[in-house]
Amino acid sequence: MVKLSVSKLNDFFNLIASKEKLYIPVDTAEGAAFKPYEEGMKYSSACNTTRSAKDFFFPQVENLVNFKIKDKSIEVIDNRTDTEKFVIFGVRACDVASFDILDKVYLQDPVDSFYKNRRDNGTIITLACDRPQETCFCQSFGIDAANPAGDVSAWIVGDDICFNANNEKGEAVLEIAASLLSCSDESEVEVKKAEIKSILEKLPIKDISLDKISSKDLMENFNSPVWDEIFSPCLGCGTCTFVCPTCQCFDVREFKTNDGIIRFRCWDSCMYSDFTRMAHGNNRNSQKERFRQRFMHKLVYFPNNNDGVYGCVGCGRCLKSCPQSLNIVKVAKALGGKE
Amino acid sequence: MQQAIIAKAKELLANGSVNRVIGWKKGEFSYDITPDVFTTAEAIDADFVYDDFCGANVSKFLMKISKGEGKTLAFLKPCDSYSFAQLLKEHRIDREKVYVVGIPCDGKADINKIRENGIDGVLSIKEDGSNYVIDTLYGEKTIAKADVYAERCVNCKSKKHVDVDEMLGEEGDVIASNRFEMVEKIEAMSSEEKYEFWKNELSRCIRCNACRNVCPACTCENCVFDNPNSDINNKAAANSFEENMYHIIRAFHVAGRCTDCGECSRVCPQNIPIHLLNRKIIKDVNELYGEYQAGADPDERYPLVNFTYGDCEPSVVYERGGDK
Repeated sequence: MVKLSVSKLNDFFNLIASKEKLYIPVDTAEGAAFKPYEEGMKYSSACNTTRSAKDFFFPQVENLVNFKIKDKSIEVIDNRTDTEKFVIFGVRACDVASFDILDKVYLQDPVDSFYKNRRDNGTIITLACDRPQETCFCQSFGIDAANPAGDVSAWIVGDDICFNANNEKGEAVLEIAASLLSCSDESEVEVKKAEIKSILEKLPIKDISLDKISSKDLMENFNSPVWDEIFSPCLGCGTCTFVCPTCQCFDVREFKTNDGIIRFRCWDSCMYSDFTRMAHGNNRNSQKERFRQRFMHKLVYFPNNNDGVYGCVGCGRCLKSCPQSLNIVKVAKALGGKE
Repeated sequence: MQQAIIAKAKELLANGSVNRVIGWKKGEFSYDITPDVFTTAEAIDADFVYDDFCGANVSKFLMKISKGEGKTLAFLKPCDSYSFAQLLKEHRIDREKVYVVGIPCDGKADINKIRENGIDGVLSIKEDGSNYVIDTLYGEKTIAKADVYAERCVNCKSKKHVDVDEMLGEEGDVIASNRFEMVEKIEAMSSEEKYEFWKNELSRCIRCNACRNVCPACTCENCVFDNPNSDINNKAAANSFEENMYHIIRAFHVAGRCTDCGECSRVCPQNIPIHLLNRKIIKDVNELYGEYQAGADPDERYPLVNFTYGDCEPSVVYERGGDK
């Protein structure tokens, strides 16, 4: 465990940024957002960014390959940009847990090389949550906001920020800033963790009783009468899916240019009418079916296929962003049934 | 007011004059209220709420609901009633199937503004005269209501309803608002400054389509941006120019029909002031065709589908566009 005065945090950022591309959360017009670090930038102490950190590994739009057409020949152009090393500072416990969920999808055979390259090249410095919010429910998924995972974990304790490297990648990034860091006593951090835990205990939706859903049969959940009513205020927009750190669906599209084609993939949303549309048409034609798909995927299908791991980390972004204030907490409570 | 609304809803349900009620449903906290449909007195007693966090406009839901069986009771705030009247004018709602009760509105609070004022971990919010007393994870806070009203309410254009069957409480008046102030500021910018302003705002768009889906003027059954055969459907823009096009095309498509209800900016997760595009067009319509408020008069023809000899010529753009 090493530490640094919080007042020296920008010196720390400067050193890291001199070696690798660094991203930190800053306050912007959209709320907190991860931005490439520039000298003098002030890090945001917001509990969480408006959009999740999944963009680093699974960006909203990614150009896969370009085709250039000349006469009767087609040239295939590789334009990958996923091989640059980078460091993200200030990822929270929920977001770093979301990477494990994305890994289950993208690192399974066949491995998604775009995603894997970014995962291999990224170093994650997490920060324990100083001020958990009323919308936080990471505890429902066994995530400890006082003890975030990642390559390096950090805690702000009084005027100091303490770092602990969790692996070789983490040690390497702290080595860059070794000249600024001094040894730290772990007991201070333990006191901080206890402080955070006492706040977590007070959170109003800390436990959303998922066992009531998992104890039911898949078809019982699928055919639950709850779906007939709960979806109706849903606008069918993609807000929840796009701010969600674990929503992982994408579409592959082609964009025709004057002399070729750009093949790209972009985030897709199960809330959209053309999601998984095939030659025969669409297998989910109503908003009820689309709505059900999103929540069944996160609360039932994903855990069924991944040893009980839910497709949600309780970050609370959908609670804050849904235009109609519909969200996974309300759905889970309704689907689980009344006390 | 909530008690009077609940009593009215239960009365009309009980005497069989309506089959369902559209209103607002309590959430997990004080502020996360969902527009929803109620069919029983029990459901109304359990969950119906009307307070300063019921900002959601319920008019657009009546499009789908009025296609079904029976009659629906809708409680409309003044700005919701403009959207409702505009939808009627466009033959999107069957008027016979809706019973409208106008309810007063003193302005609605914006939870994001409460958070921007440094109040976080909000557990519950109570009204106390002109203040909100907010219980948070980090202690009790007090803030003036006027400081956290939504932009559209600060610049409220009317407390008067359009086309209601009955009023609960006092009917209000049309208000002389300052809603075009920001548009005027942008108009005074140079072309480059305007471009920078909008690039900064629109580049944050994540194409969630919430603005379009919530918009009571966006009622196409299959939007061009969703239609796989339209050739311009784009789930993600290939470049920033395309992203701008989505918003600009949408603003033009609702030109003359947008009532300025402000739902687009309320729902934007990226905090983009989308309503400013619509307000610019409303201001232009006012200047070029005379004062016009969409939804205010169900029988008036709207300027962009009406021809008069006094209409401006397309060449007006040379006088009005570009750097002054």
